[in-house]
Parts: sequence; structure tokens; C-alpha cells
Amino acid sequence: MTTVSQGPQPTPVPGPVTDRKTMGGRRRHLAGVGENAGKANWIVKAVLLTICFLWIVPVIGLFITSVREPDAANATGWWTVLKSPLDVTQWTLANYTEVATESNMFRAFINSFAITLPATLIPILIAAFAAYAFTFMQFKGRDVLFIVIVSLLVVPNQVALVPLLQLYGQFGLNGTFPAVWLAHIGFGMPLAIFILRSYMATLPKELIESAKVDGATHFTTFWRLVIPVSVPALASFAIFQFLWVWNDLLVALIFLGPGENEPMTVNLAGLIGQQGQGWQLITAGGFFTMVIPLIVFLSLQRFFIRGMVAGSVKG
Amino acid sequence: MTAKVMTALISIVAGVGGALVLYYLLNKLAERLPGRWEDRIKPYVYILPAVAAIGLFLIYPAYQTIVYSFANRTSTEWVGLDNYQQLLTSEAFLQTLFNTLLWIVIVPTATVILGLAVAVLADRLRPRGEKLTKTIIFLPMAISMVGAATIWRFVYEARPAGQPQIGLQNAIVTALGFDPVVWLQQERFHLNSFWLMVILIWAQVGFSMVLLSAAVKGVPTETLEAARIDGANERQAFFRVVVPQIWPTVTVVFITVLIGVMKVFDVVYVMTNGNFNTNVIGLEFYNQLFTNGNAGFAAAIVVMLMVAIIPVMIYQVRQFRAQEAGR
Repeated sequence: MTTVSQGPQPTPVPGPVTDRKTMGGRRRHLAGVGENAGKANWIVKAVLLTICFLWIVPVIGLFITSVREPDAANATGWWTVLKSPLDVTQWTLANYTEVATESNMFRAFINSFAITLPATLIPILIAAFAAYAFTFMQFKGRDVLFIVIVSLLVVPNQVALVPLLQLYGQFGLNGTFPAVWLAHIGFGMPLAIFILRSYMATLPKELIESAKVDGATHFTTFWRLVIPVSVPALASFAIFQFLWVWNDLLVALIFLGPGENEPMTVNLAGLIGQQGQGWQLITAGGFFTMVIPLIVFLSLQRFFIRGMVAGSVKG
Repeated sequence: MTAKVMTALISIVAGVGGALVLYYLLNKLAERLPGRWEDRIKPYVYILPAVAAIGLFLIYPAYQTIVYSFANRTSTEWVGLDNYQQLLTSEAFLQTLFNTLLWIVIVPTATVILGLAVAVLADRLRPRGEKLTKTIIFLPMAISMVGAATIWRFVYEARPAGQPQIGLQNAIVTALGFDPVVWLQQERFHLNSFWLMVILIWAQVGFSMVLLSAAVKGVPTETLEAARIDGANERQAFFRVVVPQIWPTVTVVFITVLIGVMKVFDVVYVMTNGNFNTNVIGLEFYNQLFTNGNAGFAAAIVVMLMVAIIPVMIYQVRQFRAQEAGR
């Protein structure tokens, strides 16, 4: 819902709907050096340190517990290991092996990839063609159609679930990967078109015009000119959609449910729901589900933030 | 295992490749049309697959949902307004609505205030410190709601008094000499709902911080200096000069978080499944559809959600129009 430039890229993805007055023309980098930089007194530092501590400690607790011996993990607090962190006998990776095999988390890991990759990559091209038409072509009904797409951005995807469940039932799609692929492609489409169009609208019109004068068709212009320069926007959407689908619970629960084809989120929710599962297993399962998103986050932070910011309004 | 990976890979190739071939052929076809027609038809060719996906997976089902909300639990018979009437007269559903309202009021407000605080304070750190702080606060955005719920369930874990506490929050409480508390069963003043909200706030403050930080850094220094010359102290300068200028961004963050909160499902599903009076409509929808097998109630709940979102939609479209006009 916003136009923010978080990174050093020259052309930021203008996200959904924003007041240009606030941001336009005065873009500074995320960690840009402001006039206040370095002015923090000890109170400010203490407050920030406390907040960071509150934010990160629960995650650390989860991780530490996931590598502790089962008995210890369920008997004493994870912070007790800090007294003797070098005592290697208390550490183990057995929880991960156990959750991966006996709780089928590894199967769910493969499923998550099998669900997420097609649901991320297929909509990109479809959305790019549509965004090109909305940006560079004139046709009847264009503006009305685009307004519909903008308003669909905020519609929660719960609206589609009951009828889709019945529709899929008629085709025997429930419980299969295509059921979730199709749903995620549909649900992600308004956002994809929106992000890509906002970006394409910032490309200089003269560029497209000159290609036309040179005799290039729309197809060539799109494929040879617009797609290559739109890579940052394509990446932002891809990362957002990847994480959205990977982290989704509701759609997977409804169309796949627990069992053979379940993704990691459904598996983890089941693990938590079962009585008597030790914390060492739940925490190992929990951390396992986060590994891929965290890698994506830490390695592609710049694109990630832009994708998240542009896509956070997704319904 | 390998079969699944292969299926996924084949689907990617078939999906992307198929789409590309489709566009290529349709494009060729359009190019064969006489000049004027080519220009008229081509845009529709380009938008057709996208519009078809949106129509089939969003617009048509949304319409069907409205229809089903007037039908019985198996969508086989009309029941008029019965679903709505039964829901809105049920004590439990009214409690669910009230809980959702609490979420709507508290979570976006807290997220904006905390995000703004971190943005303003971190601005005063040196660049490296600022970047590190922001990375830590933003990190939870990468984590799924189920993952976040796992993390916090462990923090809230309660053991009977006398046993060593392995949940952080109870460990602190007992270390201070109090009895351990079963946080998720504290129905008084909806405290347990509040502990659930903490999870969503924890997950979303990073988003709020990133947007508000960019807005705060965008406030022209001249306006601040002018205020200081006029004798404003730091607090006055912040509330009278900075806040009004970043207000549009505050609205954007608030609305974005609001939309997320209205349909919150995962956190409550994993933590309490709506027990101990923590139910919200996102979860009630799921439970009506699956546990209760009542498609009529489920549809009616979604329709109420849609109606509640209409004002946001109108706002969104207006903002978009204003932005387009300024292009």
C-alpha cells in the first residue's frame, strides 16, 4: 500500500496506493544516514536494546530447545544451558532426525517446495502480460478493470474458499497439488498485476514509443525490452508470493488437509495439536519450517522488504 | 518423494512454458487480423489469462459465497436470512465478534505506535546499529504464523506451581515470587486474547517500522529547524511537525495491519483453537466449514467480513485514483 524505496535501486517498486506527497521525491535509503545518526543517548540505546532483546529471545529459546536432549528440554528452562554452553553432551541433532522421519516433516518439506514453486513461478508471466497491457496499451474498459483489480487487493481469500471447495469436489481436485496451485495463482494475481503495473508505469514512455517506431511489435517490446528491465519488480513479487505460499496454513488446510500431501505448516500445526509431544520435537519442527524463509530473508533482504511492503495488503 | 519433486518441476515447466506458447500463438493469431482489429484485440489477448484467473478464483467464488450464505448447511435449500439471524442472536458468535473487535482496535494501534517508536529511536543510532536493530525487528515477518505461534506457545508454557517452569514468562513470574499463571486460560478482561495479540504485534511491528522509518527520514529538515528556531522543544517538534507530515503513512500502516487482523486465523487456531473465549471470526469461519460442516454459516460469516472490508476497499480505490491523477 505504499511507495517506499528501501534499497539502493534507482527505480523502487511503487507499491499499492499511497499519498505521493509523503514520499515522492524525497526518497532516502532504509539505513540512510539521517541528520540524527549517532545522536542516541544511553536511554535510547537501552530502550532499543530491550526491544531487540524481547524480539529475538523467544526465537533463540526455540532454537536452543530444539537441539537439547529430550529429558532436559522438558524438565528445565532452555536458559539453564547458558551456565555451561560448552558442555557438548547436552546438545543433539536427534530431535531434527526424529521430527523429519517419524513426524514426516521431511515429506512435508518436499511438499512445501512442490506447492510453493509452481504457485510462485506460474503467475509471474501471466501477470506480466496483463500488466504490460494495462500500462502500454489502450483498450475499452481498461480503467474500470484496473479499479476492480485494485479493490480486489484487500479482499480476504476466505471469500473464495467455500465455493472452490465444492467446485474442486466436482473435479476430484481436493487433496491434490493443482488445487492449491490454482487457488494461489488466482489469489496472488491482483497483487502481481498491481506490483508489476506500478513498476512498468515508471518506465519512460519514450522507450516504448521508440521501439514501436523501429517496427517492434508489442510481443517483441514486451519480451525484449520490458521484461528485462522489470526484473526487480518481478523478483519482489516472486519473493513475496514464495513466502506467502510457503507460510500459508489456511489454504493448505482446506484443500490438502493433513496427510500425504500436507506442507510443513499443516504438519507443524498437527504436531502442536497432538497431546504429549515433547517440546524438543515441537521446537525442532518449528525451526525446520522457518529455515527456508529465514534464508530467503537474510540473503535477499532488500527484495524481500520491497515485496513484503508492496504485498502486505494482500487479502 | 522423487515423484513429487518431478511433478512440481514438470508443472513449473508446463505452466510457464504452456502460458508462453499460448501467448505466442494468440499473439500470432491477433497479428493476422487486419490492422485496426489487431490493435483492438491484442490488449484483450494479453489480459485474458490473468482476468480469467481472477474471475474464476476470486470474483465467481465471492458471488457464490454470497449465494450460499442464504442457503442451508449443505447449500441444497434456501433458508433466507436464517444463517445471519441465527449467528447474530447466538451468544457465542457475538462474543466472537467482540473478540475480533478487540483485535481490530488493539493490534493496529499497538503496531503503529511501536513501529514508529523503533523507527524514530533507531534513526538516532549509527548506520550499522540502525541496520542491525531493524533486521532483528523485521525478522519475524519471514516466519509463518504457525511458526510464530510455536515460538510463543513455548514462552507461555505453564507448569503447575512447584515444578521448574520451562516457559520464559512463567519462569520470570515465579522467579519474582508469584505463582505460575496459565496465560492462555486467563479469560478475565480477555487477557488471554491479549497474549495472542502479542504474537501478531511481534510479527508485524517490523513492517510498520520499515514504512514509518522511510516516512520519518523523508521529513524535510528545514521544517524541523524552523520549528526549533520558533522555540519548539523536541517533543513539540515531533508531534507538531513530524507526525502531521507522516500521517498518510500512519494511515497506510494502520489499514494494512487492520486488513490482516480482520481475517486472523492461524495464530488463534494453533494457540487455543478459540477455546477460553478467544474465538475470532477468521477461525469461526474455518470451524463452521470443517468441524461443524455448515457451509451456510461459513458463507454468512465471510459475507459479514466482506461487508466490513468495503469501507477499506473504497478508501483504497480513492487513494489509487488520487495517486493516478498525480502521475
